[in-house]
Amino acid sequence: MVRGCARRRQCDILLRVPTRDLLVVGAGVVGAACAYYAAKAGLTVTVVDRGAVAGGTTGAGEGNLLVSDKEPGAELDLALLSARLWRDLAAEHGDEVEYEAKGGLVVAATAPGMAGLERLAAHQRAAGVRAEVVAATDLRDLEPHLAPGLAGGMFYPQDAQVQPMLAAAHLLRAARDRHGARLWTGVTVTGVTRAGDRVTGVRTDRGDIAAGAVVNAAGTWGGEIAALAGVRVPVLPRRGFILVTEPLPPMIRHKVYAAEYVGDVASDSAGLETSPVVEGTKAGTVLIGASRERVGFDRTLSTVVLRRLAAQAIALFPVLADVAAIRTYCGFRPYCPDHLPVIGPDPRAPGLLHACGHEGAGIGLAAATGHLLAQVLTGADPALDLSPFRPDRFAEVPS
Amino acid sequence: MTRDLAVIGAGPAGLAAAVTAAATGLRVVLVDAGARPGGQYFRHPPDTLAGPRGAARHGWAEFARLRDELAGHVAAGRITHLAGHAVWHVEAHSEEADARFTLHLGGTGSVAVSSGAVREVRARALVIAAGAHDRPLPFPGWDLPGVLTAGGAQALLKGSLVVAGRRVVVAGTGPFLLPVAAGLASAGARVEGVFEANRPGRFARHGARVLRNAGKLAEGAGYAAVLLRHRVPYRVGHAIVAAHGDDAVESVTVARLDRDWTPVRGGERVIECDAVAVGYGFTPQLEIPVELGCATRVDADGSLVVVVDAAQRTSVPGVYAAGETTGVGGAPLALTEGRLAGQAVAAALGAPPARPSRRLLARRARLRAFAATLHDAYAVRPGWAGWLRPDTLVCRCEEVPYGRLDEAVRELGAIDPRAAKLISRAGMGWCQGRICGYPTACLTARIRKRAPDVADLTGLARRPLAQPVRLGDLAEDPAAGGAEDADGADPGGGGPC
Repeated sequence: MVRGCARRRQCDILLRVPTRDLLVVGAGVVGAACAYYAAKAGLTVTVVDRGAVAGGTTGAGEGNLLVSDKEPGAELDLALLSARLWRDLAAEHGDEVEYEAKGGLVVAATAPGMAGLERLAAHQRAAGVRAEVVAATDLRDLEPHLAPGLAGGMFYPQDAQVQPMLAAAHLLRAARDRHGARLWTGVTVTGVTRAGDRVTGVRTDRGDIAAGAVVNAAGTWGGEIAALAGVRVPVLPRRGFILVTEPLPPMIRHKVYAAEYVGDVASDSAGLETSPVVEGTKAGTVLIGASRERVGFDRTLSTVVLRRLAAQAIALFPVLADVAAIRTYCGFRPYCPDHLPVIGPDPRAPGLLHACGHEGAGIGLAAATGHLLAQVLTGADPALDLSPFRPDRFAEVPS
Repeated sequence: MTRDLAVIGAGPAGLAAAVTAAATGLRVVLVDAGARPGGQYFRHPPDTLAGPRGAARHGWAEFARLRDELAGHVAAGRITHLAGHAVWHVEAHSEEADARFTLHLGGTGSVAVSSGAVREVRARALVIAAGAHDRPLPFPGWDLPGVLTAGGAQALLKGSLVVAGRRVVVAGTGPFLLPVAAGLASAGARVEGVFEANRPGRFARHGARVLRNAGKLAEGAGYAAVLLRHRVPYRVGHAIVAAHGDDAVESVTVARLDRDWTPVRGGERVIECDAVAVGYGFTPQLEIPVELGCATRVDADGSLVVVVDAAQRTSVPGVYAAGETTGVGGAPLALTEGRLAGQAVAAALGAPPARPSRRLLARRARLRAFAATLHDAYAVRPGWAGWLRPDTLVCRCEEVPYGRLDEAVRELGAIDPRAAKLISRAGMGWCQGRICGYPTACLTARIRKRAPDVADLTGLARRPLAQPVRLGDLAEDPAAGGAEDADGADPGGGGPC
């Protein structure tokens, strides 16, 4: 099944690869979950990535598994399914992936802000989210270092966190060691192979790999993989910076963010938006986000963004003023114009499925994405209606 | 504040660049984290006008001249010396902008900058002379209290006149071990031995000559005599391969090495001590040039360094580099490169050159050739990886053992050092890989059965935040003239519904 390979010796590894049921492009957390659930369901799986495991947006994430920041709808349903699946995964791999059921705390500074939080929570509860009102006087029981004078908050016990790089790496390892999946890092997909309309595998810089189905889990670069198959999937980069503090004694217990965060997540603006998101990690560092701006793949450090992130974090937690930031990094969320991921078979290119465009929620939504695709691939009824995520929806609405 | 030239680092290279440029009439700002000029090389205690005593005194006369020149330029308003300031980021503006660079400054670490401190400096040109820090290699027990880097032991001695221990073992590779050992011996420590892992070729015919030549070649001073006077044994082809002790180092295992630094069976012995100073060369501090996009290369000593042309220009217009930033070569080379950089900046900005530089160019060529010879003689050989056990810490900040790094690369798909860092956490702690970056990159490449290249080393040298910065300092936008309006405290208006 290896054809057209000029550098014979380099192709040797792939010569030994028999035809697979599934070829996953991308070894980020979404590709890892797709491989894990498909291999567990009995499919033979190969994963390829042009770089290392978790080398793209997964490696720049905070590892949030959130239901709190989602308004009722298809994405929240996906998040709730994913939250359940992550709990199951944590039962087996919890320590390896540093799963922490820490809960999320959304705070409001003013009474109207609190009223908005309560309205959102009411809708979310109807969809199955657990949300508990926290009175202003009780906020510091949950987070002793919170600034005084806040109007109140909402606690979401289902919000959790994993270490995203470890999550991707250990899902891939389990897929390989327990279920026979194969992983090829440092292999770049350069095209797809076809028989008529049907996608029959991928062309790589190390030779061709034949597969019964190909999953595009290339994240922010998912549009490029789709283009190789001649289909349009509009995934755009939406840059975010994170500030990391020096390691501290446990100080911030939950993921804490301001009510405006939900508005920013759902916004369409290309301009800079920042809202405070602060959380501690098992390693003792505190992660400070979140910023959103559409500036292509520009990695240049933005002092404007960092200053705003620092100021907003200090406004929530004044104690942070005397803490040193030791690191910053940025990543590119895979953003689709309607803020929904692209999940499912592509009718325009039979044999090609997509699992990309999860924006800033890819870690959280990975488990459900992999689970649903495995159901589709094995002919089972998917646990959720996939039509809101269908790959060809963008042709219908001008973006 | 806007100046013609900003110089980052007030060690030999930065001082030389600043005073050379100022002498041509340019207005210069010299930014340095230290309280006093001199950098690591001319580190000295407060209120020491006469300089340190003994072996550490070498080069003091030259430094004193530079310091006097600096004081003259400062008094005349040509140089603004910002001591105690850390540059956490340099922003490059478009090439049309007159002042192309904005340096963002903070205090050091979580120490607040004082209220009058400068937070932002703009400049038309930039000289990066940020120097280098120690390059230790891991070995079992290197995380015990009492195990210091050679530079750390030296800094204690030079900066605070503190002797690292009573019975000290010095080990590693390179001529720098000699001044460290001599300094310790002169200050009253009993140096149990100096263990040079290499057998430095023609410098190393026999003991006394090694000392005389290596010492003279490296520093031009009498370290050899000091060591001989104190009867300090000097052994080539030996290294500390393990340190032992419960709460602090109590002894070390020294092994005889083959040419690749693999321990020779039966060539081990244990030496009691209460302090250890180890150094395997230096790692240039490249945060700022890497972030600015300056081209880099792997130097003969295995370090990532900035590529410069004959005028010390980097690949980024307006950015110059001098000293260890362009390749570890010692203070005389750093001084020469600094002067050349200062002249080049002056010429580029239209000031008349201070003096013809032919002599400096010849001197730089000679010193660089000499540095290359030393790098060749004192290269790090691959056998050191064999000293490690699975439980040997590679990253001390995050307590990452070699076994976890190995697992990340072999089992978890971390095929490059950046991924190995993200998955194993080596290099993610307080030092951000400044100490463990080099060994982590080398080990990752080794497990992948290749030699570390520019991309490998860059993966652990890229630190967009060039220095730790206090969040309170970061939050205060100097352009806004005070603390930014803390809109995070008022999230109510932006509620989701």
